[in-house]
Amino acid sequence: MSLIHCDNLTLSYDSRPVLNDLSFSVEAGDCLCIVGENGTGKSTLVKALLGLKAPSKGAIVFSEGLTSTAIGYLPQRNETQKDFPASVWEVVLSGRLNGHGLFAFYSKADKIAAEAQMERLNISDLKKRSFAELSGGQQQRVLLARALCAAKQLILLDEPVAGLDPVAAAEFYGIVQKLKQEGMTVIMVSHDLLSSLRCATRVLWLRHDGYTLCTPEEFAERIPALLKGGEPA
Amino acid sequence: MTALLSSLGQMFSLSFMVYALITGVLVSLCAALLGVSLVLKRYSMIGDGLSHVAFGSLAVATALSLAPMKVAVPVVILSAFLLLRLSEKGKLKGDALTAMISTGALAVGYLAVSLSTGMNIDIDNYLFGSILTLTKSDVWLSVGLAALVIPAYILLFHRIFSVTFDHGFAKATGMRIGLYDSVFAILTALTIVLGMRFMGTLLISALIVFPPLTAMRVMKSFRGVVICSAVLPLISFVTGLILSCVFSTPPGASVVCVSILLFMGFALFGWLRRRGSR
Repeated sequence: MSLIHCDNLTLSYDSRPVLNDLSFSVEAGDCLCIVGENGTGKSTLVKALLGLKAPSKGAIVFSEGLTSTAIGYLPQRNETQKDFPASVWEVVLSGRLNGHGLFAFYSKADKIAAEAQMERLNISDLKKRSFAELSGGQQQRVLLARALCAAKQLILLDEPVAGLDPVAAAEFYGIVQKLKQEGMTVIMVSHDLLSSLRCATRVLWLRHDGYTLCTPEEFAERIPALLKGGEPA
Repeated sequence: MTALLSSLGQMFSLSFMVYALITGVLVSLCAALLGVSLVLKRYSMIGDGLSHVAFGSLAVATALSLAPMKVAVPVVILSAFLLLRLSEKGKLKGDALTAMISTGALAVGYLAVSLSTGMNIDIDNYLFGSILTLTKSDVWLSVGLAALVIPAYILLFHRIFSVTFDHGFAKATGMRIGLYDSVFAILTALTIVLGMRFMGTLLISALIVFPPLTAMRVMKSFRGVVICSAVLPLISFVTGLILSCVFSTPPGASVVCVSILLFMGFALFGWLRRRGSR
């Protein structure tokens, strides 16, 4: 039984489909990398997996006890957060809310977990800082720490290295490798093909005219042609 | 000093002043708490829009000789749903929808007032509010509202932060956003309808936008902004009310002017502190 199974999934905006008839499944422990040009529906697919976008046809089935409260999510940064008054600590801790009932107060365990994730991402010294005053790369790491706090079985990362410098990006891929070893299922959208393929166990390649599900090795063979702008073989 | 105290004592020996003080403090506290989320979610104009709807429905209710509050409350709640929930999905964006609803309701209300000639409607009371019209039932309503909003805000504090900071993340990680949004819409609507009795259609949004915006000049954490926003309206309302009695100025406008001064003070303090830390 797969962790997530997508069955003839079609996603559209105003009845204009962006993804057509997509079927694939994700096994527990997989690291699925979603690649493709702009406008092929990568982020839309992530939103659908998170339940933020309803499919216009087909279905997404979760199994093995996966519920939305076991999912961590790293969204692309949005505009309103640029002047939001929030300390880094408040943002990271909010990732732990999904383990609580309606009236939530953070426990000792929540605080320890949040501190551990901040330690892991080298942002412990930013704890008291205002989120809005951080650089793009620092904000990205704070949001990643929040996602890690929330993730119990599955983590979805939408362009995780956007805005990170090469050193931070390399550290980030190290973290993904570690998550895989810990048994976390990872789904990520990335433009950074070469590095993300190193982590991936499978690649979902979205195109305007269809999709291919393959291993990173199979995909890597096609990369030289893609970089030259040639058509896929 | 003793003269001032005795004149204050005289002021608050009048029952309508006591009503105004209780209703004003409680409603402006609720407005400020709800305002933090509204301002941060870029819904600052919603208070303005809803107060115009309240004006329209009160005017129509009076023209048809119906009980004003019984008409206004459901109509405003419905509009709050429309503005807060549909604008996220629909094609009409929040600001455009708000502008349309507020001017539309204002026109309908004014039409109702002018058609019902012979009826003695003081339009000034609607537009700028009046503390003289406050009754005991308004006091009880505001106590009830505060009893809902304040505990809800404390118990749901971390969830409110999460939803306001990142709606998508909160929903994706299993929070029931629909329920939260609905409760929020209802509480906002009730606050507006009660608040416009003494602040008027045109000034009520000041209670919503000034405290959070003032707090944000100085506070950098969400908790800090919320606590500061809860304290500010107590200062501005009580000071504004006293000043309005001393100088015989309209209370609503006096409260807003105190809010402006507080905002400028906080902005200056924030600016000096930023310069100092550089």
